[in-house]
Parts: sequence; structure tokens; C-alpha cells
Amino acid sequence: MEIKIKLNGKMVVDNIEADLLLIDFVRSHGCRSVKRGCESSNCGLCTVLMDGKPVLSCSVLAARADGHTVQTLEGLQEEASNFVGFIADQGADQCGFCNPGFVMNTISLLRENPDPTDDEIRAYLSGNLCRCTGYEGQLRGIRNYLNSRKD
Amino acid sequence: MVTIQKYVRAKTLEEAYTLNQNKRNRIVAGMLWMKTGSGSMNTAIDLCDLGLDKIEETEEQFSIGAMVTLRQIELHEGLNAYSSGAIRNAVHDIIGVQFRNSATVGGSIWGRFGFSDVLTVFLALDTYVELYKGGILPLEQFAKLPYDNDLLVRVIVKKAPAAVVYSAMRIQRTDFPVLTCTVSQVDGQYRASIGARPGRAMLVRDDEHLLADGITQQSAEAFAASVAERVPTLGNIRGSAAYRTHLIKVLTQRNVLALGGL
Repeated sequence: MEIKIKLNGKMVVDNIEADLLLIDFVRSHGCRSVKRGCESSNCGLCTVLMDGKPVLSCSVLAARADGHTVQTLEGLQEEASNFVGFIADQGADQCGFCNPGFVMNTISLLRENPDPTDDEIRAYLSGNLCRCTGYEGQLRGIRNYLNSRKD
Repeated sequence: MVTIQKYVRAKTLEEAYTLNQNKRNRIVAGMLWMKTGSGSMNTAIDLCDLGLDKIEETEEQFSIGAMVTLRQIELHEGLNAYSSGAIRNAVHDIIGVQFRNSATVGGSIWGRFGFSDVLTVFLALDTYVELYKGGILPLEQFAKLPYDNDLLVRVIVKKAPAAVVYSAMRIQRTDFPVLTCTVSQVDGQYRASIGARPGRAMLVRDDEHLLADGITQQSAEAFAASVAERVPTLGNIRGSAAYRTHLIKVLTQRNVLALGGL
């Protein structure tokens, strides 16, 4: 079947199988930041924005995304660059595999709630698992970024 | 992962219903639970173009389309004002925001999953389901029915005067619940719905009028003991039957006390 998806600002037309997952679609179109993790809708590694909302691309049919807008980290570099340095400064990532999903969901958090409390950050990012760290580094990084905006 | 031969976005409910009469075809909602399974289907029937992704509020009721996401009900001011935040509390620990942006109310209610926080909270309200062929029936009745090939179109919550408190026990945040519990007072009648027992959530009423003279520590304890006695539990990887029965007493009592402002 033919689908049309606006992927990172560019219209992409493709013929796909009915059961192709969105993660496989975006990766086949060069968006390798989107990682395959748990494959049971738990870890957040495969987070993309569909019509501006974060979803798990491992659990969305590419066919469902037909006619919609999809963004991955490849298309949001500038927005991400505002805060990823603060996370890096904390040494928050070890292997870094969770990072793209983490960054994507943080972008969504900050769009929805530009000045979140620590508890709001924890709650919003609870669907992003990191098996290297204790999440405190990421939290400190985001907090430092938020504080820097107030200075 | 389930394999799919064909994907169809239904143009009408009738088209979706007709396709769904073939046992090899299935409705896909959020697809989050279905995806964890295996097997194959001929046609995946998607309801996403039928305008069922809206919550309509009138003076009498909330009408929640089957494709409304858990995130929508989490953020809906009217629903959460009416339920004193119980609906938000029921869903906010379900995996993460990304999951809740895909998981649908229709999928959760239709599935009648034992672990469903969603079924547990709506069961304690004056809630009905609208089925395409089956019409409107109380959620309490629907929750007991076997699966068939009808379509769940909407979930309707009547705005009966209500106070509601929800809580769940999880081994870890975002995990499946070990037990879910809602206590409500709807139209003056006290109810408790218990889910993750681990069977489908079930509703019990204060038929013995244990709370009729008001909520006190003693009456809350008595009602909680009565609920625990009437709700069957089983054991699984998350907890034994005895543990769940104990949790029913604890969560029900806490919720009753919270309902009474104690």
C-alpha cells in the first residue's frame, strides 16, 4: 500500500507492507537516531513525534501515520541543541543508547510545560528507561538548562 | 509481533463492523497490547478516521470516543474535575506519556484486561458503553460479557453526583499493577471497584450499608473487610491471592477514608 508521511519536513511517499512499523519506516528513510529497544512499548528508545506528540514508533503502524507529520531527532537538532549540552555536562549518558528517545521526549515536555518542576520532569520522562544511570544526571542536566534560562 | 496482510481505515462504522465479522480480521486501537502477541490477521481495521477521538461534555454526561487516548483523559479538565482527579490518577502511571498518547480508552475497555486501571476507575462511576449493534449498556454488565464481534463506539459517563478516589499498588512505577482500587459515592451509594485481582475488574456495592452512618475509621475498616470478602483473588507472578486480598482491605480502607476527608 502507498503512504505519504511528512518526515522531518519532507514529504515521503513509499509503498509498504500493511504490518510495517513506524520505527522501521523512519529508519529505512535515514532516521537512525530512532532505536529499537524493548519492543514491548516500555522503554521509550523509539520515541518520535507524530503530529507533535511523542509516541512509541515500535508500536505504531506506518500505515496509521499515513497523512501525518512525523519528526525524529534528525529533524529537531536545533531545538535539541538548546539543552543536550547541559545533559552531556553532567556525564548523564554512559552508553548513550537511550539518549535520542530521552531527548525527543524532553523536547515534548518543554513544549508542553516550559517550566516543569523536578517531579513533573520525572513523571513526564518515566517512560524513558536508562539501564546505565540512575536518571539523576539527566535530571540535573535538564534542571541546569531550565535554571540557565532564568539567569 | 502479529502479522497483518491488509490494513483498512474504515470509512463508516458499518464498514468496520462488517469487516470485523470475519474472525481473521481485527480492530486495531492503540495496538500496544495486540503488538505484544503473535499470530496473524487478514485485515487490520483502523477506526482512526471515524471521529472517535473526541471527548464531548454536556450538562448530563461525558461522551468519550473509543479512539480517545489515555493521555486525553489524563489531561481533560472536565473529566478530572468531575472525578476529583481520580481518572488522572488512574492512568498517570501507565508506562509513559508516549504510551498514553497511543493507548485508547476503547482498546482498554473493550479488552477488559485484568490489569486495566482504566476499567477499574470507570467501573466505579455511572458509566455505560455504546456498542454499534448492542446499543448502550452499563459498563458493569459489559465487563462481565464474553468477547464478540461488535464494536465499542463510545464510553459514556453520566454526571451523577459523585466523589471518587483511586489508588493502585505497583511493585514499581510504570509496571502493571498488583491491585487497583476505586472507591466512589455515586448518587449517594458507596461502591468499590477492584481490578488486577488479577481477573477483570469487578464492582461491589455497600449493600450492607456499612457506610450509611458516615465514614469513620471503624466503618471504613468494616467496608474494606466486606469488599475483601466478596472479591475473589488469584495469585500470579506479581503477588499471591492472599497478598491481593490483604491489599484490597488496605487500599479500600485508605480510599474510603480519603473519600471522607479523613
